[in-house]
Amino acid sequence: MKSSYIIILFFLLIYNCLLAQEISFSVQDNPNDDGSGIVLQWNFDNKDISSIIIKRSTDNIHFKKITKPLISDRKHLDQDGISPGIDYYYQIHFLDRNGEEIIPPILASASSKAQWFNKDKIPLLVMTLLLTTIIVYLISSAKKGKRLFIRRISGLDMIEEAVGRATELGKPILFVPGIMDLDNIQTLAGLNILGHLAQKVAQYDTTIHVPVCRSMVLSTAKEIVKESYLRAGRPDAFNPDSVFYLTDDQFGYVAGVDGIIVREKPAANFYLGAFYAESLILAETGFESGAIQIAGTAMPSQIPFFVAACDYTLIGEELYAASAYLSKIPAQLGSLKGQDYGKVIVIFLIFIGIILEIFNIHFFKDFISMK
Amino acid sequence: MRRQFPLIITFFIGTLIVISEFIPHKPFGNLSDTFYGWFLIISGFAIILGQLNLFKVNLIKISRKSPNWRYYIIALVSFIIMVLFGLLWGTQKHPGLLTNTQPLIDFLGRKPFDYLFKYFFENLSATMFSLLAFFVASASYRAFRARSPESTLLLTSAVLVMLGRTTIGTWITGWVPESLTYLHLPNIANFIMEYLNTAAQRAIMICAGLGVVGSSLRIILGIERSYLGGK
Repeated sequence: MKSSYIIILFFLLIYNCLLAQEISFSVQDNPNDDGSGIVLQWNFDNKDISSIIIKRSTDNIHFKKITKPLISDRKHLDQDGISPGIDYYYQIHFLDRNGEEIIPPILASASSKAQWFNKDKIPLLVMTLLLTTIIVYLISSAKKGKRLFIRRISGLDMIEEAVGRATELGKPILFVPGIMDLDNIQTLAGLNILGHLAQKVAQYDTTIHVPVCRSMVLSTAKEIVKESYLRAGRPDAFNPDSVFYLTDDQFGYVAGVDGIIVREKPAANFYLGAFYAESLILAETGFESGAIQIAGTAMPSQIPFFVAACDYTLIGEELYAASAYLSKIPAQLGSLKGQDYGKVIVIFLIFIGIILEIFNIHFFKDFISMK
Repeated sequence: MRRQFPLIITFFIGTLIVISEFIPHKPFGNLSDTFYGWFLIISGFAIILGQLNLFKVNLIKISRKSPNWRYYIIALVSFIIMVLFGLLWGTQKHPGLLTNTQPLIDFLGRKPFDYLFKYFFENLSATMFSLLAFFVASASYRAFRARSPESTLLLTSAVLVMLGRTTIGTWITGWVPESLTYLHLPNIANFIMEYLNTAAQRAIMICAGLGVVGSSLRIILGIERSYLGGK
């Protein structure tokens, strides 16, 4: 009798050992975060398992269900109220079709820790530091009087001509700063150009319309135009209603701007900022009105539309470079030159990457594409 | 000091945002979200500014009987109606000032604000969007004229992509044997889109990214002041 018990216990032990081999469960701190995540990983090779439940506890007594992952999942990131420094206990339950537990739940515990540096962003940090150093060096060189060659940007050279044409025809100028808010750097780049344009408008004593679709952009654009008139020595000519709000709605805004183009027939239209589907509707309406059109955006999907419908298009980086290009301030031109050196570095890195990948060496690609 | 104070704030916040990208530890890790929250609060208040400006500009144009002044009446009346309907009867998710709204909801099928939104605003918006199809056709017609080697190249690739993305493309090159599948129009179209087009788009995006770095540095360091009205 005693020997039969021993044999049964022996087989149970073997069975559990086999199960333990095919089912695993581990929990650990999610790396490179602020201590708000714990990574749970499991593995099994048992076809009887049809569902999984994961429970969590902080006292190892009272467990509460936190998730029921898909049967195909092998990983879960728990970010539900995790605080660093606290021990969290996790139970994973493997259930069969009837909802019965196939094996006793497996227990694991871990605590999270807040990190002071995100190691996944080392490549980004290296590139940022490199580019910043180059740009700052070139800015200081330009300030000291070093002459820097900056290539011609036709679209920006045409601004003065467009303003002159509008003055001759006695028609207004339309400036559209895109449809995004001030938190978008393309909007800021567009507004920077507005400053230079408004100064020319003030000097030539012509009219400018700036319809905006964000309230924050309204106040900023109004201030920029006002300052430009002041700088041109014509504060009395500034019309506060030349910068006005239409609507936050994308197509409502398009309808409003199209209405201005059709009714007022501006001599020059400027579309500089972030644009989406409205880009072509605006540009085509402007084209049909016969206006000279200068557009600029960094939205790759909208550039072809502007190229097709406008006389001049600032493509991507040219929009950001515009303000520096127009101001001709050495320090700003230095930063443009820095961007060009950045391009050389990127081309060099791409070239290195291609060569290494051809020879089946992947460490460089893995380092660059680290996330 | 009027100019220096915003520049100091810009430098301080800009530097903090850059640092927070690399330090996940509190309080740096969620600084970006916090500042974005602040931005949303400010922009929420600014909406009132926008509405007041809309009201004022339209009123001025009506009172001065500017050209096409009747259009501005329509804009103002639409604006007032939507505000009033929203305030009095509320919207789908929010109650209005009036409590006995059920008879009107039964009559219209939904609250008046939602009714106008659904049956007026959405249709007008869709009409504007649908104009895009016609403008794409007219812009393509101009862009695809073979006037120079570049525009001929553009025309050729555009025709190949258009044919490859339609059933006619499959039909035209359906007879090509299996060993020459790369000559099938859908495959040629996919090749142009996946390799040539993607490469060009990525080049633009990389340059734009560098432009963002340069532009941000100019703003953070106070070299670029045009957005403050300076030179």
